[in-house]
Amino acid sequence: MTQTTLLPSEPDLALPAAKPPAPRPITRIGPKPRWQLVDLRELWAARELLFQLARRDVSVRFKQTIFGFAWAVVPAVSTMLVFTVFLGRLGKLGEGDPLYPLFVLGGTLPWAFFSSAVAAAGNSLLNNQGLVTKVYFPRLILPLAAFGTPAVDLAIGCGLLFALMAWYGVVPTAGLVLLPLAAAVLALAAAGVGILLSALIVAQRDFRFLLGLGLQLWMFATPCIYLKPETFSDDTRALLPLNPAYGPILAFRQSILGGPIDAYALGVSALVSVLLLFVGLLYFRRTERSFADVI
Amino acid sequence: MRPAIRVENLSKCYRIGGKKRPGRNFTEVVGDTARSAWSKVRRLADSSAAEVGTEEFWALKDVSFEVPDGEVVGIIGRNGAGKSTLLKILSRIVEPTSGGAEIHGRLGSLLEVGTGFNPELTGSENIYLNGSILGMKKREIDAKFDEIVAFSEVEQFLDTPVKRYSSGMYVRLAFAVAAHLEPEVLIVDEVLAVGDAGFQQKCLNKIQSFAGAGGTVCFVSHNPIITSRYCTRGVLLESGRIVCTGAIDKVLDAYQVSSKKISTLESNSSGSRIGIIRAVWIGKSCGSKCDKMDIDEDVLIKITVQVVEPINSARVGIAVNNTLGERSFVCATYLSDYQINKLVGSSEVSLRFRLPMLVPGQYTIDVGVMDDMNHMLQHVTPVASFQIEDYKNRLLTVEDQPRVFGHVIVPATWEISRA
Repeated sequence: MTQTTLLPSEPDLALPAAKPPAPRPITRIGPKPRWQLVDLRELWAARELLFQLARRDVSVRFKQTIFGFAWAVVPAVSTMLVFTVFLGRLGKLGEGDPLYPLFVLGGTLPWAFFSSAVAAAGNSLLNNQGLVTKVYFPRLILPLAAFGTPAVDLAIGCGLLFALMAWYGVVPTAGLVLLPLAAAVLALAAAGVGILLSALIVAQRDFRFLLGLGLQLWMFATPCIYLKPETFSDDTRALLPLNPAYGPILAFRQSILGGPIDAYALGVSALVSVLLLFVGLLYFRRTERSFADVI
Repeated sequence: MRPAIRVENLSKCYRIGGKKRPGRNFTEVVGDTARSAWSKVRRLADSSAAEVGTEEFWALKDVSFEVPDGEVVGIIGRNGAGKSTLLKILSRIVEPTSGGAEIHGRLGSLLEVGTGFNPELTGSENIYLNGSILGMKKREIDAKFDEIVAFSEVEQFLDTPVKRYSSGMYVRLAFAVAAHLEPEVLIVDEVLAVGDAGFQQKCLNKIQSFAGAGGTVCFVSHNPIITSRYCTRGVLLESGRIVCTGAIDKVLDAYQVSSKKISTLESNSSGSRIGIIRAVWIGKSCGSKCDKMDIDEDVLIKITVQVVEPINSARVGIAVNNTLGERSFVCATYLSDYQINKLVGSSEVSLRFRLPMLVPGQYTIDVGVMDDMNHMLQHVTPVASFQIEDYKNRLLTVEDQPRVFGHVIVPATWEISRA
């Protein structure tokens, strides 16, 4: 070991100790163990940064627009209109159901949250390249902060949904208290996928294109958005919740429009989501060390 | 006393793409592509796995040093010496391949001004955003908000999106936030000091006052003048290894010497006819080769020039530069009564002069040959170096000679009389 000291070794000066040395934080730098889970304390210490980044995303989005926050509900509403016209009217799925538009919006709204959260979290590291290569903070903050905008959009969308319910004269049931639970499971699912993707995209941009394509297909693979669960066979209904978006989206609508909550679907989807999040976090932490080098 | 920064055997290895073999046939191209795609997929799982066709490049190798509390240490070295990599490792942005470092005290790192500034957000929104990115708590930003605004001199535009700012205002606001970060150990890149000269001065003064208040600074710089003025210690890096550490003047001298050593006549040359200067000899006027001079030494310099086509009325000159890279003096034929009528074939141009009592230290020499229109034919910088020994054993004990004593020593006649 070649240790070079900048100061020539000199005897300690006989100065009286003016003050006891205050405990100073010590930063240790070195190769980290290969597998580790989240450092919650560090993450908690950076919560203000998380908030600031989320706030930045929300407030920047509608600057210099005329319609401002109205744009927040456009994806969900436009999908709703497409489904209502093409599936409901032309495809005759909504026959005999005057509430079909409401039914569809109850599905497209949480789906819009899920897909934009996955996309935003997945691209978060790449979009904040300048931060990743210039300053240190727990990298997990970036995909987490990406949830700010979709969450605000969801809240605005819910306002629209309630207005629409009032218009149709639908009174919410007691099931409404489960709405936050459904949203939380959905966020969990999106976090698992988004965090995993963000780390993959840093290394290989191919995953960006897969992300866009995958989300389109995923919507059709989540049939509860546009079909009534009664139309599926029991076997199908047992397997569908393996899609982590299925259970919470189903529960989301059921909590708003009434009807028994499918606890099985929500539970299975929640389990899959937790598993996904675990894998995502593990992979993220594993590759985190090289983000600034490979991005 | 415990050092503020301790770096031990720090190494960082990058894998860089190797050269593709030319003249591969179709099957080889397909095979190589497939192998490299597969190795990329494998690297998703294990980022340390080697990719096909890459070579190892050690940006840093076994770097160890310590920085005592309250010192300003300058990391110097040529481009690619590993300065930025070292800074990024100390800032925890990239992880070392092996070895480690310990930093005692709250760490603040500024590798660029305005990291994370968003052009759409207003000035005050960016203060909060940038502050938290640099690691400040909202409470701290609240408390220092007025100070930051006053320092930045953009009070009027706080509610304007920063994309409407002039670049000067933008930089001032960005630096104002950074300047109010209160770490105990500060890691700074020189590029930080941007903007006009006055503002640059303000930035550097801020760094100096931070150090004066007991903070430890680690400072990367390409500029020997700034380094010598603001740093107390230096670390000289060359190709990822430490060449020299210690008092800043000693390290700057070593930097000058090392730039000379690596250089050859060709690689240090610019001009339209590189190759005409074949050799440069420096010594005492008695004819002994020497690179240690007395303060008023008589110097002899011999320049061997070889030309293929004759050059009419060529002009030859030398320039002497100090450790800071500042020019001390020049000698040139066109400044004297001597004229070279024609340079033909191989010839030796020699000049003698008495040194003008320069402040002791390390000096480098440039040599240039020009045509009669003052077009540079070849300019070698630096071509050689020499050292001026101490003056009456009085100066070398003082650090920072060029800054303290200026460029030349003037032996004055002193007297005192009753007035």
